[in-house]
Amino acid sequence: MNGLLIAAVGVLFLVLMALIYRVFMLVRVAKDTKEPNAKDSRVGMSNKVNSILFIVFFFVLFASIFAYGFSEKVKYILPESSSIHGIEIDFLFWLTTAVTFFVFIITHILLFFFPYVYRYKEHKRATFIPHNNQLEIAWTIVPAIVLTALVVTGWTVWSDITDPAPEDALHIEVMGHQFAWKVRYGGKDGKIGKFNYMKIDPTNQVGMDFEADESNYDDFMYNELRLPKGRPVLLKIRSRDVLHSVFLPHFRVKMDAVPGMPTQFWFTPTKTAEDVKKELREINDPNAEAFQYKLACTEICGGSHFAMFMNVSVLEADEFQKWYDSEEAWAAKNVDYLKEKKIKNIPSNLASN
Amino acid sequence: MSDTTHHDDHHDHEHHGNFWTNYIFSTDHKVIAKQFLFTAIFWAMIGVGMSVIFRLQLGFPDADLSFLKPILGKWIDATGKLDKEFYLALVTMHGTIMVFFVLTAGLSGTFSNYLIPLQIGAVDMASGFMNMLSYWFFAAAGVIMFYSLFIETGPASGGWVIYPPLSALPQAMPGSGLGMTLWLSSMALFIISTLLGGINYISTVINMRTRGMSFNRLPLTIWAFFITAVIGLLSFPVLFSAALLLIFDRSFGTSFFLSDIYIGGEALPNQGGSAILFQHLFWFLGHPEVYIVLLPALGISSEVIATNSRKPIFGYHAMILSIIGIAVLSFIVWAHHMFVTGMDPFLGTIFMFLTLIIAVPSAVKAFNYITTLWKGNLVFTPAMLFSIGLISLFIVGGLTGIHLASAAIDIQLHDTYFVVAHFHLVMGSASFFGMLAGIYHWFPKMFGRMMDAKMGYFHFWTTFIGVYAIFFPMHFIGVAGFPRRYYSHTAFEPFGLFTDLNMFISTAAILTFFAQFVFVFNFVYSMFKGRLAPANPWKSNTLEWTTPRFPGHGNWVGAIPQVFRWPYDYSKPGAKDDFIPQHIPYSETPESNLPFEQKLAEFEKQEQQEGIRIQKESQITTDNNENV
Repeated sequence: MNGLLIAAVGVLFLVLMALIYRVFMLVRVAKDTKEPNAKDSRVGMSNKVNSILFIVFFFVLFASIFAYGFSEKVKYILPESSSIHGIEIDFLFWLTTAVTFFVFIITHILLFFFPYVYRYKEHKRATFIPHNNQLEIAWTIVPAIVLTALVVTGWTVWSDITDPAPEDALHIEVMGHQFAWKVRYGGKDGKIGKFNYMKIDPTNQVGMDFEADESNYDDFMYNELRLPKGRPVLLKIRSRDVLHSVFLPHFRVKMDAVPGMPTQFWFTPTKTAEDVKKELREINDPNAEAFQYKLACTEICGGSHFAMFMNVSVLEADEFQKWYDSEEAWAAKNVDYLKEKKIKNIPSNLASN
Repeated sequence: MSDTTHHDDHHDHEHHGNFWTNYIFSTDHKVIAKQFLFTAIFWAMIGVGMSVIFRLQLGFPDADLSFLKPILGKWIDATGKLDKEFYLALVTMHGTIMVFFVLTAGLSGTFSNYLIPLQIGAVDMASGFMNMLSYWFFAAAGVIMFYSLFIETGPASGGWVIYPPLSALPQAMPGSGLGMTLWLSSMALFIISTLLGGINYISTVINMRTRGMSFNRLPLTIWAFFITAVIGLLSFPVLFSAALLLIFDRSFGTSFFLSDIYIGGEALPNQGGSAILFQHLFWFLGHPEVYIVLLPALGISSEVIATNSRKPIFGYHAMILSIIGIAVLSFIVWAHHMFVTGMDPFLGTIFMFLTLIIAVPSAVKAFNYITTLWKGNLVFTPAMLFSIGLISLFIVGGLTGIHLASAAIDIQLHDTYFVVAHFHLVMGSASFFGMLAGIYHWFPKMFGRMMDAKMGYFHFWTTFIGVYAIFFPMHFIGVAGFPRRYYSHTAFEPFGLFTDLNMFISTAAILTFFAQFVFVFNFVYSMFKGRLAPANPWKSNTLEWTTPRFPGHGNWVGAIPQVFRWPYDYSKPGAKDDFIPQHIPYSETPESNLPFEQKLAEFEKQEQQEGIRIQKESQITTDNNENV
């Protein structure tokens, strides 16, 4: 690492030396300043050199893109999406990439070869072609058609993703704050109780409003985001201080967490981490064993933004149900707190504890 | 032109002030343009320098940065690590400085000021005084921003987009205290500067064109500057209003953007505001801003490419139409920055469609540039190289815009390095290349001397390779999902694999940064010691090359030339030379006139005779009067 730094400094030193040399040369040239002779050829050798460099650049650029893109593919491209809609997003992405890469190559063949082909020649004239309406129309319409095709495909995926969540979706509340996430499940009734930010305190971190909504009493919280495999999940996303953004890269899920404006995103997880590991082993990914789903923050939220993450796991449906049923409600764990706050509607089974 | 009129004109325009009025509080557009240019170069060095510091952090997270202590002081801790809050401050300041101070003020401020009067044939701007104010408001904005770098709590650090509540609450991060207040004050002054400049550019282009300089004979540079000024005039006030509301929220207890917040152990009383409202206001400027920095660069490259291809710009009218199309559309695409903010998905759909429409005029421009090169006779001046580089960056960055404009794909890519790669290529680097092309091309006019071409070649190739080496790999990192504005990627497993690529990017960034000093050296050295420039070094058609080597106040000695033709008569069949400047009448070039131009030539002759007759008559009247 330091070696690279030293190398960098070394190269810089060389650049500097070259510069100093140049200074002396320029001073020499400047001493006999004279108007250039109009009869001289307009360009020197450099014109040809520059035009050839464009071609060299073309090959170096595309060779490195391909070489790196293929050799390190495993390392950089996320495993196949672990959600249903993610597969569609990936398809769209690669479709768009294919189209744009094609345009990239074609335009750059022209752009980087024309300099050599049409480099300045003293006894040649450029062809006077001020405009061509057919061409203009062609390259207005063709991109328009291609873009329409892309946008319509994209739109169908977008409207699928943003459709209302299915009735049977599991609701999970994800709340961001500086610099962690809180996850709350609806408990037995599956309903997430109402909250009020004025009720937030160091114990009741998400501000459950027990008096306003009794469905809060069976809600429970957990220190990682657990998802059931194969069942739609609706994330109800909010923030209690600044903007955050829920990002589940392996599920192709992203939605901002906005204080004062709850947002949501629904998706269906399709693979457990074990499933993904198996896939990765099959393609000999060296990092297969370390694979772990994560929830990251993607909206700048302060100094520790980069460290605001949470573990995510996907459980088989029955396993998930077993865990879900076994979790004790938050209220049951914090009866003293509820009493201390003089909350009136504490259910009798809790109050007697 | 008789000697007497020459003398009169000279007398009219040459004001002999003292040092202060000539070089500091000057109202001459050329001096003001240079002031903008020098200030922008100063800011560019700071802005790019900041990026090198945070690239060190990203590329070499374990490196000991103690050697930066003399510059950064307490922001480097005892173990030689960069402070994580200050990392965000650097990112924020880098964005703010580059977008506003370098690419907005540096491009529009320098080249609109310099070229509008010279290319349309005007003695100066419509209001020299306002123009001077425009620079000094910018300078004041710069002083405040510069000062904010040195305060105890550090400069603003919530990202250049300053989204509240982060930017509104000093509890949220230290940079949101005094640093943010200074940021807002500085930006308020900056917006005033931009508006003063913009009004001037617009009124000058509309009112002060010389005889014959109709709108369809304007060089594309002027079209670009003109439309840019219009966009700026319509969008900057919206940023001003957003900043003002944010100031109210910060200092006067209002709740425009704040609601339901519990922070630092207390629930704030603010209710009913919308943090998303700010984003709408911000991006209503923010998106047009992309074109405010890009269009002048495209205008400059149009001129440079046509001149050095020795060929008319292909599709002059299509170019104008696409500039206007881009300008109009730029106002109705802003919410594509907000697909995942929880905005109504239907709104997302609308903005997705509108955004992809804007790709069409952009594509038209790219194709027109490439076709201009086709069958040309290309001279590779440094300016030409940078313009070709610009097209390449414009295309590669524009293409990834198609990914990001598609709302569904944006779910995954939003706020990742893919976005960073996209806008640094299409907006950052492309505009920067435009600015450099402009400097190389008009340096002989600005300072009467030539820049060294060989150093220019070196500068271009290192920068071009550098820019690709820095930003292209970011696509890979982005596709893997690595988020922006992360101080470190090692804390986070799925993103922990990028060390090699980040190291590569950082090394490229450092080398490219130092290569810029070759340019700075060339610039300063040539200003004093460069070879004296010939009158028209690039054999260009536009009016600025008809002025003296060192144009004085008033630009032309004697009468302002009249314009007879469009600015792109390069390599016209039949013509003696491979260029015919705009001030040459058709009647003087019968050998190269097209049929309709032949008619214009006859018309010119009639007009000329008419003019002589009127002159003679008035002469007679005056004589008679004198006799009486």
